[in-house]
Amino acid sequence: MTATDPAKAASRPVPIPLDPSIAPPGTRNFRDAGGIPADQWHTDQNGETLVPTHCCFCGVQCGMYLRVDKGGKVFGVEPRDHDINRMRLCPKGINAYQQVNHPDRLTAPLMRRSREEDFREVSWDEALDFTVSEVRRIQAAHGNDAFGLLGGASLYSEKTYLVGKFGRVALKTRHVDYNGRLCMVSAAGANKLSFGIDRAANPFSDILLTDCLLIAGSNVAECFPVMTQYVWGARDRGASLIVVDPRETAIARTADVHVALKPGTDSAFFNAVLHVIVAEGLTDEAYLAAHTTGWDEVRKTVQDYPPERSAEICGVPAAQIVQVARMFGGADKAMAFHARGVEHHSQGVENCLSVINMCVATGNLGRPGAGYGTITGQGNGQGGREHGQKSDLLPGGRSIMNEEHRRQICRIWGIEESELPPAGTSMMEMVWQMQRQEIRGLIGICNNPFVSLPHYRVVKQGYDTLEFHAQFDFFLSETAANAHVVFPVTVWAEDEGVMANTEARVVKHNKAQEPPAGVRTDTWVMCELARRLGAGDKFDFAGSREVFDELRIASAGTVNDYYGITYERLEETGGIMWPCPSTDHPGTPRLFEGGRTYHPDGKIHLQVVEWHPPMDPYSEEYPLSLTTGRTVAHFLSGNQTRRLGALVEQTPRPWVEVHPSHGYRNGDPVRVVTRRGSEVFPALVTEAIRPDTVFIPYHWPVPTAANALTIDALDPRSKIPEYKVCAARIEAAERVDEVPAPPMAPGHQAYPEAQVARTDPLPPTSSQGRGTAERS
Amino acid sequence: MMGRTIFIDPGRCIGCQACVSACRECDSHRGKSMIHLDYTEPGMSVASLPTVCMHCEDPVAPCAEVCPADAILVTADGVVQQADTTRCIGCANCVNACPFGVPKIDLQAKLQMKCNLCYDRTAYGLAPMCATVCPTGALFYGTLEELQAERPGVQVADSFAFGDVMVSTGVAMVVPADKVRWPVPGGLPVVEINGVDMREEHSNEGGGGRRAGGVDVR
Ligand code: SF4
Ligand code: SF4
Repeated sequence: MTATDPAKAASRPVPIPLDPSIAPPGTRNFRDAGGIPADQWHTDQNGETLVPTHCCFCGVQCGMYLRVDKGGKVFGVEPRDHDINRMRLCPKGINAYQQVNHPDRLTAPLMRRSREEDFREVSWDEALDFTVSEVRRIQAAHGNDAFGLLGGASLYSEKTYLVGKFGRVALKTRHVDYNGRLCMVSAAGANKLSFGIDRAANPFSDILLTDCLLIAGSNVAECFPVMTQYVWGARDRGASLIVVDPRETAIARTADVHVALKPGTDSAFFNAVLHVIVAEGLTDEAYLAAHTTGWDEVRKTVQDYPPERSAEICGVPAAQIVQVARMFGGADKAMAFHARGVEHHSQGVENCLSVINMCVATGNLGRPGAGYGTITGQGNGQGGREHGQKSDLLPGGRSIMNEEHRRQICRIWGIEESELPPAGTSMMEMVWQMQRQEIRGLIGICNNPFVSLPHYRVVKQGYDTLEFHAQFDFFLSETAANAHVVFPVTVWAEDEGVMANTEARVVKHNKAQEPPAGVRTDTWVMCELARRLGAGDKFDFAGSREVFDELRIASAGTVNDYYGITYERLEETGGIMWPCPSTDHPGTPRLFEGGRTYHPDGKIHLQVVEWHPPMDPYSEEYPLSLTTGRTVAHFLSGNQTRRLGALVEQTPRPWVEVHPSHGYRNGDPVRVVTRRGSEVFPALVTEAIRPDTVFIPYHWPVPTAANALTIDALDPRSKIPEYKVCAARIEAAERVDEVPAPPMAPGHQAYPEAQVARTDPLPPTSSQGRGTAERS
Repeated sequence: MMGRTIFIDPGRCIGCQACVSACRECDSHRGKSMIHLDYTEPGMSVASLPTVCMHCEDPVAPCAEVCPADAILVTADGVVQQADTTRCIGCANCVNACPFGVPKIDLQAKLQMKCNLCYDRTAYGLAPMCATVCPTGALFYGTLEELQAERPGVQVADSFAFGDVMVSTGVAMVVPADKVRWPVPGGLPVVEINGVDMREEHSNEGGGGRRAGGVDVR
């Protein structure tokens, strides 16, 4: 994978010189071996076309080909030798194509005037007119801000740009936010505070060059499986691996040190690691003096976190803290990665800052193999917030509170500065506002808060209180099923657009098939609504390409500069990492080379971090920590993957992971109780979890929704919910509720016994619950 | 020993089942996977291990040997093909004969199905679907030299003892070079590594500890 490893390159069919710092242009197809021209759309003897594109799911954004038959229908997937994934795919990626022609696709707008009625299929005109009249009615009676807009970070960047513009220019509301709020805004906040830029500091390929890799709160093997090839690549070169996670995940299993800390104690742990690094003289004082501010305060604060104290807070041996400090601090080049396990907390930003402090104090930044990164959960988790669908951001990552930034965007959008609303509130806060009837109407675009927001009862109440609710989606999600109007929109393979992956690498997705009759692109629906709301002149876009060109201009000159990125360049290369200010600029794979950051003074602003306990206090009644996460077969709220046969077979239903010391047997019905409710899950008894912690994967709706139990406490700065820890107890239950069998995708033949397994109350066969293994 | 073949490295497997899903996508048996994934220490660890056809070489593939209809062809390059649809009578003799538990019978079709090393791909020098997509390289397709170039120091085993019977296989298991004290996870004892008979070397060692294939194995 790197030029430093020629042997590796030689084992591939087409040896190519690779510079680890910059992804080389060009993507190659394994069918090269048969003499077919590389990476072009081409038709083979059977009339099959391979369309180069990317997986629609996680933040890795693996390259893939969609197989399109003579009739123009997507019917399969073929691995693609893209720079990111080198043909690798995880099961979600392999099965993603089955969404495209799935029988559950919505193909006509659905509408009802009240929630008591059933949906009926209506014409686009009727659905759009009704929506526009409801927007007008609510805004006339209660003001513009009584109508809200919630976007999604699985949308192409063009569409997320449009969401922000549509909300502020057409709906004229301050209440615009998106589901990336539930993903990595804590990391974004910490990065902005420390470095003045919001993205991972290094490309994936840097992982291969590191000597010590620390992964915290990230189940890489299940949530970002294709990233493991970089982790193993580093291991092959002798790098040591430290994993910080309450569970023994597949990555933790193979680590040199697995720190199984108690959920909600991350910053206490990292402060103690930094304490030892300071005590042992492993800091890079020259680097700190030249490139940082605030180091003295940070050094003083970590004095209060000797390993013994943190060991008690975190429930790990003090010796392990010392060991981690020596391994990380002693390495020539070290890297730290984290994901939601560190970020989903009421002190998510502080947790991320504590990791950054550790990296900076040891001088591990801005060099090949040394750095820092957050791993985005959603495919466009990175790009989704760069262009203005977050409540406080304008395109190009500009602040909506900044006069100059507002002026710039108003000029581009052609509106008066007085017309641009101020910052709104976050997604969870908007739900509270719905409860209080401050927000009375809502449009949701490709998100599913009924499964993905914490404290389901509050969410349901909030949405039920809405006078009008419209939802864009391609399957009828749990949230869409509660709406007044559902707009059937395209899936990713039916439109073109760009996404930015975890590395901030912008990649282009291509259109592989025409949408079914009756289905429109999200772009078309937003533009049409805007036209009917009287803002048509600002939304005169024929498609993604026109939107992207406006986005490029709107981002020019900002930190998130996309100006130099064009569709043509993306098609020629393996993706370009922003900032990319001009069309001859190669992009910026690695940040902070030479120590310069994006703050005006060019320095790293170190921030003091103090640990405080999670928001939901433990008590005799609720002595355990409940933590949640993903499984490899499913994606986020499961609206997409819970319908794909192979993935359903692999992980048919959720479970609760409990330690053997509680005395349950595998499959026993166990009731999990928190201050917000209780639900019954089959037990998965495993030593791979702390005795004081239980785990539930969150992809399912009630009655087996982890998020019916989690707490809606928010980080005060990032407003991310505290999904990863709340107080709970478990008790024996009578029986496990059945999970209704979801439909299978066409072309998928399930084994009969596996079909049975979907409604079977038994838990998956493996710890870490990777569902039913293939049956023979 | 072997030319291009699959190497299975259980220490890397993350149990994601991408291999299982990819195998289902193969045009020759679409919708059915010929791979299965085992969890070696359920309730103790997340360790997992994929099983593909081992393409036995010596003695000549037991499944092919016992087939009364001569439906299982072994090609010159050592690939044990899945049963010929025109010959297979669905008697399941092969299922019973295989020491690795690989062949499956489709009772309705009266047909045996098994991994044929993606012959439609490998014949053109391409990797099988499972080894192509496996995100971790737990399934690796290539030559031993290519494997060792990528993972310095690794050793492989391609002989397995079933009681007194030794079976040499075309597909090999990766074992850590300097740490061969454990049996390969999944219970198959390592018999020979680089010509050293491991049964004599470690005759008094039992079934391996909880950590076999775990933290210590790299
Ligand atoms: S879900 Fe992520 S790791 Fe899996 S194929 Fe898609 S992009 Fe790759
Ligand atoms: S694809 Fe690879 S890592 Fe995943 S289960 Fe199969 S062998 Fe294991």
